[in-house]
Order: sequence, then C-alpha cells, then structure tokens
Amino acid sequence: MFFFRELGEIALLAGRTLRGFFRRPWESKIFVRQLDEIGARTLPVVALTAAFGGLVFGLQTYIGFHRYIGPGSEAYGGPVISLGLTKELIPILVGLMVAGRVGSSMAAEIGTMRITEQIDALFTLGADPVRYLVVPRTAAAVLMLPCLTLFGDMIGIAAGLFYNVVLMGVNGTVYLRNTLLYLELWDVLSGLFKAAVFGGLIALIGCSHGLRTEGGAEGVGRATTRAVVFQSISILVVNFFLSELLPGSLSR
Amino acid sequence: MIRLAGVRKSFGSKVVLDGLDLEVRLGETLAVIGQSGSGKSVLLKLLIGILAPDAGSIVVDGVEIAGLRGAARQAMTRKFGMLFQGAALFDSMTVGENVAFGLERYADLGRDEIRRVVADSLAKVGLHEIEHLLPHQLSGGMKKRVGLARAIAYRPEIILYDEPSTGIDPIRADAINELIVLLRTELRVTSLVITHDMVSAYKVADRIALLYQGRIVALGTPEEIRRSPDAVVQQFIHGRADGPIVNW
Repeated sequence: MFFFRELGEIALLAGRTLRGFFRRPWESKIFVRQLDEIGARTLPVVALTAAFGGLVFGLQTYIGFHRYIGPGSEAYGGPVISLGLTKELIPILVGLMVAGRVGSSMAAEIGTMRITEQIDALFTLGADPVRYLVVPRTAAAVLMLPCLTLFGDMIGIAAGLFYNVVLMGVNGTVYLRNTLLYLELWDVLSGLFKAAVFGGLIALIGCSHGLRTEGGAEGVGRATTRAVVFQSISILVVNFFLSELLPGSLSR
Repeated sequence: MIRLAGVRKSFGSKVVLDGLDLEVRLGETLAVIGQSGSGKSVLLKLLIGILAPDAGSIVVDGVEIAGLRGAARQAMTRKFGMLFQGAALFDSMTVGENVAFGLERYADLGRDEIRRVVADSLAKVGLHEIEHLLPHQLSGGMKKRVGLARAIAYRPEIILYDEPSTGIDPIRADAINELIVLLRTELRVTSLVITHDMVSAYKVADRIALLYQGRIVALGTPEEIRRSPDAVVQQFIHGRADGPIVNW
C-alpha cells in the first residue's frame, strides 16, 4: 500500500514538474546553482567510486578469464569490463552517489523549508513551489547525471585497463583493440540514458518527500531517510527493467 | 471587503473550522484571538489560498476565491501580504533578496527601482543597510521586521499577521505592534492579525473576534470585548485556567 501511495505521489509531482518546464518564468539562477551542486561538486566522489569500481571489475575479470579460459585470454576482458561499466556499474554507482549526496539534501532542504513555512511564503510571494523548487532541480539532475556517468565511464575503463595492462602485464594493444572492437556506441548511450532516468527519479523522490515533510526536525530526518532509501531502491529496480527493455539486451 | 460565510475545514476527523462567519471591513485592523490550535492560522491559509475550504464561501473584494486558477489566483494572491509566525525568511537568500522576492514577481520594475523599493521597505520597518546580511545573522525581532518589509514591499491591499508578537521579548513585541499601527496609517491597508497575545490585540485592533470551537463566538471593539459578559471571552482575555474553555 505504501509503495503504491509513493508511486502515486511521485507520478503526480512528475506531471506537475513536466507542465512547469514549459511555463515562464524559468528559475535559471536556481538551475545553475543545482548544476554546480549535482555536477561539479559530485565529480570527486564519482571519480573515486568509478576508479575503484573499474579496478575491482578489472581484477575479477582478469581472474575469471585466467581461471576459466586460460592464461593469455585476459586481454579479452577489455570489452567485458567496458560493457559492464558503461551499461550497468557506472550509471548505478553515479545514481547511488548522487542520491546519497544530493538527493538526501534535496529532501532535507525542502523539508526544512516546509516546516518553517518558507514553502507557504513562496506561494504568498507569487512563486509556484513546484516550478520554483522542483523543476530546476529535476532539469539539473536529468542533465548532469549523464555527464557524471560519461566522466565515470572514462575513469572506470582507464582503471580497468590500468589493473590489467600495468599491474598484471596483459598485452595493452590487444586489450585496447578488443575493447574498441566490441564496445558499441549504443552501450555507452544506453548507460547515459539510464543515468538521465535515475537523475529524474532522484530529484522527484527527494523533492516529493521534502514537500510532504511534517512534524519538525524529526520529520525532516524521517523524510531524508525515506527519500534516500526509496531513491536507492528505485535506481536498482528501474535499472533492471531498463536493461531488459532497452535495445542491446540479449532477450530483445 | 473580506467576507467568510459558513466556512468549514477539517483535517481527517478533526474539525478545525465549523461554519465560521466573519467580515473584515475595508481599512480596519481586525484581531482574531483564540487558543493555540483553534484554527487561527488555518483561517489565514484559507484566505491566501494555501488551503481550500471544505465548505462555505470566502469572498474578497466581491470575488469568490475558492476555485481561482492561474492569473486570477495570482492577481488575488497579490492583494495579500503576509507576516509569518517565524518570519519564514528564505535561508539561502540575503535580506535584500528576501525583500525583493515578491517585487520581482508582482511588480514590473527594473533592478535599480527594486533596490530602491527594498531599501524603502526596510526603512519603513526601521532597518537600514542590512540588505547584505543573511537571515541567520539577524535577531528574532529583526527577522520579523524583515518579514514585514517583504510583505509590504509590493504594496498589498491586505496584510495578514500570524502571531506577530510570538517568540520575541515584550519590548520587541511592542515595537512590532507599533509598526502594525503605523503601517495601517501610512499604507492604508486592511489588516487581519491572528494572535493569542491580548496586549497585542488591544494595541493594534479596531475590532477583536474570538475564535472558539471553529466559530467566531464574540466580536466587538477592544472595549466591548473587555466588558463582554461572556464567560468564554472573560476566561480567554484574562488567561484563566478555570472556566468553560477546557479542551486545552
């Protein structure tokens, strides 16, 4: 019951947000501030998680090829690593990092505004709270998540290559040639598309929980926790369905 | 100018306003007094359109406000300025940006003109050259004044005050009360003051209404309210624990 109520609330907010995109005035100042908050300020944490994601993926792929196919086959790990990173691991990691860092603060900031009547003040002063708070955050998240993911893809692939070629002595030329031969543009684009969807989910869930905050400081804490949990679960569930539905899946 | 007739509002099973009738005359200051949780703030939110009544009619300047949408709603909201209980200043904005917020949306003014009106509005509430400060750098009394400057900046016709003297010391509270009286004279606005502070109500109001159990049970000048034989009125204005009002 809780799940369906949540879905309903988020769908309603998504509809209002979509309408808000096409109405003036556009809150460009807040949009730019959110681009910085979601994008530039999340870069270091994305770089770190993508680097270690790429390293551990490189390590396990090396072991896998070495153990099951045999010594010398490790250079074929390049496309596997790149495919796994660009289509699955990096979009999910970026989504979870942004949810933890920015999605939670969206719920907390808007929740605090709610309990201190700042949302009511917005309304009184002629600003629609959805257009003022939710539209710029959602637009910025939808735009910045693919950028962060592309950045994470490059770091992750480089880290996988570093582990295999530099640390384990795999032939770099063969590794790179295999990667470029088997990794398709659509593999990268589908990961970026997923990231854009995750961006929309993170912003809408964070803002929705913030706008529905009740009950003082405790309520803000509750809204923040619920937002992060719901954002994280949504990312993992939606990721599976997108992987199945998007072209490129073996079942398509 | 403002007429509420048979207004009902419930939250779940809790009936907050139960057929409330009230009229606020043009240019007067009406204080609505009542217990905490009696629905005074709900009344303000109904007027400004943040909440919608379950039943009844709210007419402002001859226009029924229930169901207003888009530009008509915006035009109606523009008539109102509101001082919130905790001032509700936007944390992330400076004082200047807070006061300019409504102006940027309601008035077609250039940057220089907005800057001038912001300084003028702050001066009206006795504040000078604090445009660059952030809300957390202000005292409680200053926050209320900035909230008031923000509410009057775009020259609304009606000012709503939600517990203007709550949360500040008696001297600052009296200064806010004096401002309410001064603004009424200077700006010739209609004012609705929600309070449970009788000192404040006596000082600012032309008429006082007592909200009890979702309805207005007494209405009159401060003198008439003082002399009212009604036991509920007497218990409330003297702040006695014993009396007919029991559901604290």
